[in-house]
Amino acid sequence: MLLEVRDLYVEFRTRDGVAKAVNGVTYSVDAGETLAVLGESGSGKSVTAQAVMGILDTPPGRITGGEVLFRGRDLLKLKEDARRAVRGAEMAMIFQDALSSLNPVLTVGDQLGEMFVVHRGMSRKDARAKAVELMDRVRIPAARERVGQYPHQFSGGMRQRIMIAMAMALEPALIIADEPTTALDVTVQAQVMELLAELRRELGMGLILITHDLGVVADVADRIAVMYAGRIVETAPVHDIYKAPAHPYTQGLLDSIPRLDHKGRELYAIKGLPPNLTAIPPGCPFHPRCPRARDVCRIDVPPLYRVSEERRSACHFWEETVDASSA
Amino acid sequence: MPEPDPYENPKEAVAPTGAGGAMDLAMSEAETLERGGTGRPRSLWSDAWHQLRRNPVFLVSALLIVFLVLIAIWPQILTGADPLRCDLSKSQQGSAPGHPFGYDTQGCDVYTRTVHGARASITVGVCATLGAALLGSLLGGLAGFFGGWWDALLSRIADVFFGIPVVLGGLVFLSVVTSSTVWPVVGFIVLLGWPQIARIARGSVITAKQHDYVQAARALGAGSGRMLLRHVGPNAVAPVIVVATIALGTYIALEATLSFLGVGLRPPTVSWGIDISNAAPQIRNAPHMLLWPAGALSVTVLAFIMLGDAVRDALDPKLR
Amino acid sequence: MPPLLEVRDLVKHYPLTRGVLFRKQIGAVKAVDGVSFDLRPGETLGIVGESGCGKSTVAKMLVSLERPTSGRILYKGEDITGLSGRALKAVRRNIQMVFQDPYTSLNPRMTVGDIVGEPFDIHPEVAPKGDRRRKVRELLDVVGLNPEYINRYPHQFSGGQRQRIGIARGLALNPEIIVADEPVSALDVSVQAQVVNLMEKLQTEFGLAYVFIAHDLSIVRHISDRVGVMYLGRIVETGTDTEIYDHPTHPYTQALLSAVPVPDPEAREQRERILLTGDVPSPTGIPSGCRFRTRCWKARERCALEVPLLAVPAAFRDADTPARHDSACHFAEEKRVVPGDPRGHTG
Repeated sequence: MLLEVRDLYVEFRTRDGVAKAVNGVTYSVDAGETLAVLGESGSGKSVTAQAVMGILDTPPGRITGGEVLFRGRDLLKLKEDARRAVRGAEMAMIFQDALSSLNPVLTVGDQLGEMFVVHRGMSRKDARAKAVELMDRVRIPAARERVGQYPHQFSGGMRQRIMIAMAMALEPALIIADEPTTALDVTVQAQVMELLAELRRELGMGLILITHDLGVVADVADRIAVMYAGRIVETAPVHDIYKAPAHPYTQGLLDSIPRLDHKGRELYAIKGLPPNLTAIPPGCPFHPRCPRARDVCRIDVPPLYRVSEERRSACHFWEETVDASSA
Repeated sequence: MPEPDPYENPKEAVAPTGAGGAMDLAMSEAETLERGGTGRPRSLWSDAWHQLRRNPVFLVSALLIVFLVLIAIWPQILTGADPLRCDLSKSQQGSAPGHPFGYDTQGCDVYTRTVHGARASITVGVCATLGAALLGSLLGGLAGFFGGWWDALLSRIADVFFGIPVVLGGLVFLSVVTSSTVWPVVGFIVLLGWPQIARIARGSVITAKQHDYVQAARALGAGSGRMLLRHVGPNAVAPVIVVATIALGTYIALEATLSFLGVGLRPPTVSWGIDISNAAPQIRNAPHMLLWPAGALSVTVLAFIMLGDAVRDALDPKLR
Repeated sequence: MPPLLEVRDLVKHYPLTRGVLFRKQIGAVKAVDGVSFDLRPGETLGIVGESGCGKSTVAKMLVSLERPTSGRILYKGEDITGLSGRALKAVRRNIQMVFQDPYTSLNPRMTVGDIVGEPFDIHPEVAPKGDRRRKVRELLDVVGLNPEYINRYPHQFSGGQRQRIGIARGLALNPEIIVADEPVSALDVSVQAQVVNLMEKLQTEFGLAYVFIAHDLSIVRHISDRVGVMYLGRIVETGTDTEIYDHPTHPYTQALLSAVPVPDPEAREQRERILLTGDVPSPTGIPSGCRFRTRCWKARERCALEVPLLAVPAAFRDADTPARHDSACHFAEEKRVVPGDPRGHTG
């Protein structure tokens, strides 16, 4: 296993109390695999990724438990300089907002080359040549001419390509992409996702794709982990989950998105709001919004039940849910 | 009494799932928001006042300021003595019965002078701050809101005033306009102080007016006055209040500097500024001369800054 | 039924100038460059397009937040583009707007009651003073918020609830038309559905006509009766939802639809993707002829020379198929790009 996150807990101290952002998350990614982490805002999907990357702001954040095993080593036990060596070289991250992730006063060539200067001790000149090579690789037209330009001179899609190039620069084994196409238009989004998938295949990397978009997930993921209130509520191979979700939250999400291929009647709406992380409901955190909730759901936190070899669901009534959704 | 469980409260009962739509929210609202009273309509200002009355920082600073203003108006409350009756033979002596703060170089009673000094210093500080804040936020706010040539013109004028060196400008201005009152000093400080406030006001008005709620008000048909007063103003005022309260302290200090140079307030006017500047050279042999007027000045400045802080917080519903 | 709103050749150019004292125009951002459509009472017109296509500028002109450079907007036959003062205020009562960002569209220093009641302060004739409080509570109830929250501030609400407050404000004056600019794009998936359902409910209840502007093609299909697809300041194709989604004839519409990720992993192998090359050209330098030709795989010489008009293409003029609808392409061809639903139409 390339990366295994085991029982991770993260808290944030806020004005309103302690926000429990991540509450026992366990997932894993293998080399060459794409894991989609799906969730709405506040589900803890990005915080988990930040903890894995070691870029969580502490304080206010605090990792209160769990392990992050990368090639068998627990990253949480490493010293900061050892972690820094892992970051960039062995695992890299792509963010949603490419414009604010790039330094506006440095040329893209300098920023791409920096990776080689810092991690590989290359000369400026060689690094510049490498930068051009990378830009070619992510299919930025006229790379040789554009390597000396500044981030604002590129379009949104091109900037996201530069971010991808930067992440790929040292050929890391794992890439974490946090909503990489959310800020982009659909036609550009398709190009960028295509590029990401292709590079992943070429380099045999593991990819964690963090997103709220069920469409994007269906397009590229091998496996999905659905998060709610800092927990994983369902994990499954991508085909299974769309055919027959095993958790009412997943089912609700799938039913609440309007379809492209027909007009449809009134949308199904999951009632209520996502929980306040400083006061997560007892028992199953989804019970106040769940159509299947019974007494046991208000008391017992559901464990991740085994649905099949590769599927888990954190619902006391997963059998009922699968039956209902595959019927 | 325990909070009623929102999920079982019949009034908040929820339509069965699948119905979607409006009523579903009622339940989780109860979850995220504590139950609130309905009662009379409230507004930003009445809420702010409600908040301020419970804020100890506000109460302490307001009491202090009221006290300072009272002694500025009627120094007789605290002392019956004449601050100008001095006895050179007691020059720089320490505290004595009836004269708790001791005497200054001229042999005047430091206690009496500190009490009487409040009037000039607070008048200069408060009037100059009010003047600069009103003029600055008016001009800066209008420049930011309307933009265009009006903005360009005003910004250039403000730049010119920014360029005037304070001390040199003070020397020139105040040696031409002489008077035994505090008003020339106040006028000069306003003249130099408004561009700073105007710049802040302009910037925060430009930020505030870009928000969608200003557009929303326009789309409803609101006029410029309404947009400025209800939407842009309240959302742009916080930085102005902060800067103005800090400026108040510097203005009192500036008055002291000008007095020290001999162009500010002149004797026989009594002010903390004059006393501080007289005491400064004597700090080694008679520290009490500096301690009391400087202490009074610090407490006054602190009180205004605390007041400004409390008012700013009260005007921000997010901090409640 | 006569249209409520007739938009004709609407143009908005923002001049690009240089110099401080002597301003010289060196070009223009052609945000909207000739848009025409009708809006009938009680219907929903969806406008889709990517960022920078001018859809938000159209919205702003419809509610008179921007003045068109040229063109006309007729409300019940009367041109409202030149109005000001009292006449404009009267028109504004009937055309209201719902904004995209529920976090910046509500004044953080006003209570919900003041926000929803503000329309009555501005138009006192709508509700007598003593009656306003009651009206505000009614409005909150209508949009599914507890009327007891009237004294709360916006930051005490979630995004979806804030959007409901924005909708209540839009409804206050009893408008006939609501222009909604990306009303749900800032919301989470599960909350989006609540707001979309609410908007549909209100439409039936109050007989509202919507101009629904969004980049999410699925939501636009769900809510719209008719759809217009915009590209670089113009509508390139317009028709009913079936005509546009199931029988698109403009290559841009086809590319757009084929790029939308569909929540169905089975579709990903079979589905044909039209990947456009390059980016949208800048609205300061719009290509000659057809503005889509720089990214179009069908472009030929004619496309650079001749501007295609938005009309039923010659090929379909006599055909009796849903492909017979307005499409601004010289080489319009029908192409089905949206895959079917594996779970059937019941959802």
